[in-house]
Amino acid sequence: MIPDLGKYAGAVMGAYGASIALLALLVLVSLWQAARMKRALDEVEARAKAPVAEEAAPDKGASDV
Amino acid sequence: MSIWEYANPKKFMQTSGWLLPWVTGLALVCLIGGLFWGFFLTPDDYKQGSTVKIIYIHVPAAILGTSVWFMMLVTSLIWLIRRHHVSALAAKAAAPIGLTFTLIGLVTGAIWGQPMWGTWWAWDPRLTAFLILGLFYLGYIALWAAVDDPDTAADLTSVLCIVGSVFAFLSRYAVLFWNQGLHQGASLSLDAQENVSDVYAWPLWTCIAGFLLLFVTLVLLRTRTEVRARRMAALLARERRLA
Repeated sequence: MIPDLGKYAGAVMGAYGASIALLALLVLVSLWQAARMKRALDEVEARAKAPVAEEAAPDKGASDV
Repeated sequence: MSIWEYANPKKFMQTSGWLLPWVTGLALVCLIGGLFWGFFLTPDDYKQGSTVKIIYIHVPAAILGTSVWFMMLVTSLIWLIRRHHVSALAAKAAAPIGLTFTLIGLVTGAIWGQPMWGTWWAWDPRLTAFLILGLFYLGYIALWAAVDDPDTAADLTSVLCIVGSVFAFLSRYAVLFWNQGLHQGASLSLDAQENVSDVYAWPLWTCIAGFLLLFVTLVLLRTRTEVRARRMAALLARERRLA
């Protein structure tokens, strides 16, 4: 399947290998940072909304009574 | 509808969230298709032998290495003139991508140069300008990390970006007016007489499209991360005020 690269096989495979490794590293780091930041922001947003929910709950309970 | 609507972080997140899967799919198709076509289905060159296959990575990476800096220049100018945060964050998000493309251009160029030119490196105007551009990318990323206040960091990095544009311009166009050095002229141009043969040109165009779409995918993803980081910093600051 791999074409005959002759005496330059090392150079061609080295160039492709190094490039694919660098691109894979960039993609993986970007995905990891994106997932980590989304998770962290979700936690902070949930915390920011929590006091509102706690304040609302007694009112709801009171109206039920 | 105006393009400035996308300077609104909420609008940007909505639009980029919708766009991202489509651009990712298209990038994968072009990149994998182009590299497969170039690597497996094209013949060796009569002069370069099989090293001609390196152009499918080297040329798109080098084009994108300089083009990303020009994109950063435009978004930096938008920040300096109109103070849109998404614009500054897009420039910040693009820098590591541009640095990676520049590194790939340098590494693959050196690997190709050794058997073809007989040397890994030459202090040729285009190569030297491209190396300095890589150092500017490193400086730009370091400056963002070194300054605590994000607006000040955006101001300083925007100025650095304007200065670095000289080297992006030189690495792209030095071969046209700086008549010395080893590097050849453009592999592809609108002037048909200068173009490489069609058998190499079509997979090369496909790879260029793939690299460009990969850049769009990554810059959208990374800008979304930066927008989220900025929102989180604002929420944490509010928490501290209320505590």
